[in-house]
Amino acid sequence: MALDEIKIGGLGASRRRVEDNRFIRGKGNYVDDIVLPGMLHMEILRSPLAHARITSIDVSGAWAIPGVRLVLTGEMMAARNLAWMPTLSYDTQAVLATDKVRFQGQEVACVVADDPYTAKDGCEAIVVEYEPLPPIVNPYQAMAADAPLIRDDKVNQTDNKIFDWEVGDKEGTDRAFAQADVVSEIDMHYPRSHPSPIETCGSVADFDRSTSKLTVYMTSQAPHIIRAAVALVAEIPEHMIRIIAPDLGGGFGNKVPVYPGYVMSILASILTERPVKWIEDKSGNLISTGFGRDVYLKGQIAMRNDGKILGVRMHTDSDHGAFFSDAQPSKFKIGLMHSAFACYDIPAAHLTATGVYTNKAPGGVAYRCSFRVTEAMYFQERMICAAADDLGMDQAEFRRVNLVRDDDFPKRTPFGFLTDSGQYEKCLDIGLEAIGYADFKQEQQAARKRGRLLGIGISTMTEPLGAGNSREYDILGIKMFDSAELRVHMTGKAILRTGAKTQGQGHETTWAQIVAHELGIPADDILVEEGDTDTAPFGMGTYASRSTPVAGAAVAMVSRKIRAKARKIAAHLLEVSEEDIEWELGRFYVRGAQDRGVSIQECAMAAYSNVPDGMEPGLENNAYYDPPNLTWPFACYIAKVEVDPETGVWDVLRVVAVDDCGVRINPMIVEGQIMGGLTEAYAMANMQFLTFDEDGNCIGSNYMDYLLPTAWETPGFELHEVVTPCPHHPIGAKGIGECATVGGPAAFVNAVMDALKHTGVRNIDMPLLPDRVHDALTTGNDISGMPPVKTEA
Amino acid sequence: MFPSRFRYEAPSSLGEAVALLASHDDSKVLAGGQSLIPMMKLRFASPALLVDINNIPGLDQHGAQPDGSYRIGALVRHADLEKSTTLGEHQPTIAAAAPLIADPIVRTRGTFVGSVCHADPQGDWASCLVALDGSIVAHGPTGRRTIPVDDFVTGPFQTVLAPDEIAVEAVIGAASGSRKGGYLKLERRVGDFATVGVAVALEMSGSTVTKAGIGLTGVGSATINAREAADAIVGSSLGDDEIAVAAEAAAAASSPRSDHRGSADYKRHVVATFVGRLLAQHQPAEAEVA
Repeated sequence: MALDEIKIGGLGASRRRVEDNRFIRGKGNYVDDIVLPGMLHMEILRSPLAHARITSIDVSGAWAIPGVRLVLTGEMMAARNLAWMPTLSYDTQAVLATDKVRFQGQEVACVVADDPYTAKDGCEAIVVEYEPLPPIVNPYQAMAADAPLIRDDKVNQTDNKIFDWEVGDKEGTDRAFAQADVVSEIDMHYPRSHPSPIETCGSVADFDRSTSKLTVYMTSQAPHIIRAAVALVAEIPEHMIRIIAPDLGGGFGNKVPVYPGYVMSILASILTERPVKWIEDKSGNLISTGFGRDVYLKGQIAMRNDGKILGVRMHTDSDHGAFFSDAQPSKFKIGLMHSAFACYDIPAAHLTATGVYTNKAPGGVAYRCSFRVTEAMYFQERMICAAADDLGMDQAEFRRVNLVRDDDFPKRTPFGFLTDSGQYEKCLDIGLEAIGYADFKQEQQAARKRGRLLGIGISTMTEPLGAGNSREYDILGIKMFDSAELRVHMTGKAILRTGAKTQGQGHETTWAQIVAHELGIPADDILVEEGDTDTAPFGMGTYASRSTPVAGAAVAMVSRKIRAKARKIAAHLLEVSEEDIEWELGRFYVRGAQDRGVSIQECAMAAYSNVPDGMEPGLENNAYYDPPNLTWPFACYIAKVEVDPETGVWDVLRVVAVDDCGVRINPMIVEGQIMGGLTEAYAMANMQFLTFDEDGNCIGSNYMDYLLPTAWETPGFELHEVVTPCPHHPIGAKGIGECATVGGPAAFVNAVMDALKHTGVRNIDMPLLPDRVHDALTTGNDISGMPPVKTEA
Repeated sequence: MFPSRFRYEAPSSLGEAVALLASHDDSKVLAGGQSLIPMMKLRFASPALLVDINNIPGLDQHGAQPDGSYRIGALVRHADLEKSTTLGEHQPTIAAAAPLIADPIVRTRGTFVGSVCHADPQGDWASCLVALDGSIVAHGPTGRRTIPVDDFVTGPFQTVLAPDEIAVEAVIGAASGSRKGGYLKLERRVGDFATVGVAVALEMSGSTVTKAGIGLTGVGSATINAREAADAIVGSSLGDDEIAVAAEAAAAASSPRSDHRGSADYKRHVVATFVGRLLAQHQPAEAEVA
């Protein structure tokens, strides 16, 4: 009898998260929980100014405080060739400023002391003299002819431009536009935001001179990449570096990069020969670490009168801050921006992109998305919304005309990616039915007569998840595979380790479910470990919704290798040839005699006690998986809102989400991911952004000014599903962690635009704060861009 | 949090507390700590001495007094007011504001009197107290004095409290008619400071307003008492025209600045909108007019 897969916690079981046992008891083990004997504490002194020359740094006051053990400045780092470090985007970034500060919050010095209070006192006692320089806070200031040069440290850098880049078919697109009946144009800005995990970044560096081994506990989503980077930068042999990412309190992309604080804590441990702990405070995290977005778009769609899209043009201007340290693994300068319009059948498209330096924090990260996909899909769905309105066509009908049809796969996207599966129109229909779209126009008209403004916004998209195949990805030349190592013990229990690193996604729960599905070992019998580079196989970490598409595939593949060996053992135990062995969940049996069988557990015991002649004992293996393609989940999000015409406040009445992420390993966790993503999508649309005043001061340096929605504001979500298995993934799964964050924002914004449509307003850039909506409503003008905030005296 | 070094005392009597305050140049009273502690965390405030008054008995009561006044002790938490089952019948303006103060965590510890003493122009309670024409009672080395709230706050984060005085309670006088009122707040998110807050307190005799107060939050360098707006409705039955005049007068009394919460014009508009909405709640029902 085959086992009941749901009962053993296999595929499709909404198994409770095993990691929650320790989290809800307060027994998680985060970096700040690490306490080592003799440990010192490090605090960072940050620049109060966005752009200034450092004329002097006097650290004598810090050294005078009892308990201060070390003070580091840029000069001291430079003496060790560590003042600058390479970035993942082939630029350089200051570890500690030597010449200028280039953004508010930049690291200027650090103090290491017996306790964090003393370290902070030490920072306050350092006197830094600055000569202020004009700050640049948006790309258009940066590109002005007379703009001050931010990166005067770089040879041959004569302006603030980082790159000009293009992709697509320019001539074909020009021809499409020449043939168009209607051309729709819209400009917009996706504002800067911050992933803001509740746990900030931090490290405990422990260099042991007696063994020459460096151990670093670190808030990292990708510990193996960190180990490689430390080996290359610090010239410590790779086998003498152990990076341990313990429990992480969220990541959302923020914990992919290498930050100056990590480097300083490592050097401080080497110099003091003591363990050194650095735990960033919330403001430090918000103002200095990897942000997301901050891209301006000029978009054009060429159409026929019947709604058929003929071509798309996009130009982006992106603000990368003071150093080009985008933490992105794709081979493209603006990430996967050209994944835009992947769900639509569009013959020609062309994208140009310009990136610039500004006096803002560096380190663009993929905040709960694959790199720049969030911007791509937001721009796509806002452009689609405006185009349908310009054409006078219904929003749903316009999408229906242009969506790729089920029998068109595999299908090249307008910019050349290959999508492989989906049922786009079915998802759209389910969403429209659920929201009551057919009756909405009447409802909207009736409400408007009573002075109430209702709107519905649709967002449909497919996005490339699961970095990724080596055709499109690498990090520092390393291919983006991932790995799993499975050891089945003699009693049939097992330990699984992967190269991914969970930070809330629930790998400890879901990886065991994949093993249970492949081997029939109950999920409760499988321990999952990640994050320690001395024990886990080499992998590229967790971000870009890549864990299930890549590491999850490796888990399935290693399980199959184990099953293949177990099959040989089973044949030996059952005294038949291997060809006569059949498999059902949890056991092998003799073909034609189903009652003659052995369980996987019996095979495990035999692997250690009774293997056939010539076979190695043991039941363990590993797998490295280089995916043949990205995975392409599809989603349709529909929001219904009501705008208060007197205040501009808008309320979300309903949100319907239809997600197709292929086979769902743990439906409960998938739903949690979708709801979390929709919450962040709502946050982007409504409130969550980092802005800067004219002087480059970051407005959003704490949770009073950087707004995350609470349970009070967050709307309820109605979830629906369609399952189109991924054709190339071993268990048919696609990524899901970021779909709602990526596709969600446009649904909310499109809904507010729909409510305001009668005023002629075509665009309000996010966030749709009440004052911006009210201004648009009363003036009939678009509210565009994110100019520096002007604060009147 | 890693604040600067400070001394901490938790006396059990007002006399001791006042003596401790007098003993240090740079001392602060700690009640709920919901503004002070974050400022110390950021090292914007580095008091040498914290005098924690939470062990002093008798400061945690609020209620109607025999003389018709309403008193709120210095250790009454926002949550005490929010959860009170009797507050609404006596003080509808305060009852309306209580659930809108900050967020549930802050409401559990923060105090009404502490909020007024913090004198943040974006504090909600000061506007309520202004609308209600209330006072603060201060206890010092030489005894007690009662300070009308209009005189109490002298500027942003500034009050007339002497360094060795403790605000021990807020007092709202007896009403001559039946009390009506409310509070509306526009905030970007729960827990945010008000973009605009409006407190309205009315005393009514039948459908006629006999006394009115309107306090404005977050639209000036201090809490604003919109007297002209309030005067516009005294003696009226809250007709649409009087409400419109009051709404415009309140907007004119505000002096907001443009910032990341919105433009000055927008905030003025919201002041007018909220005054109109609050007053309209107390218009006589149409049947009565007819």
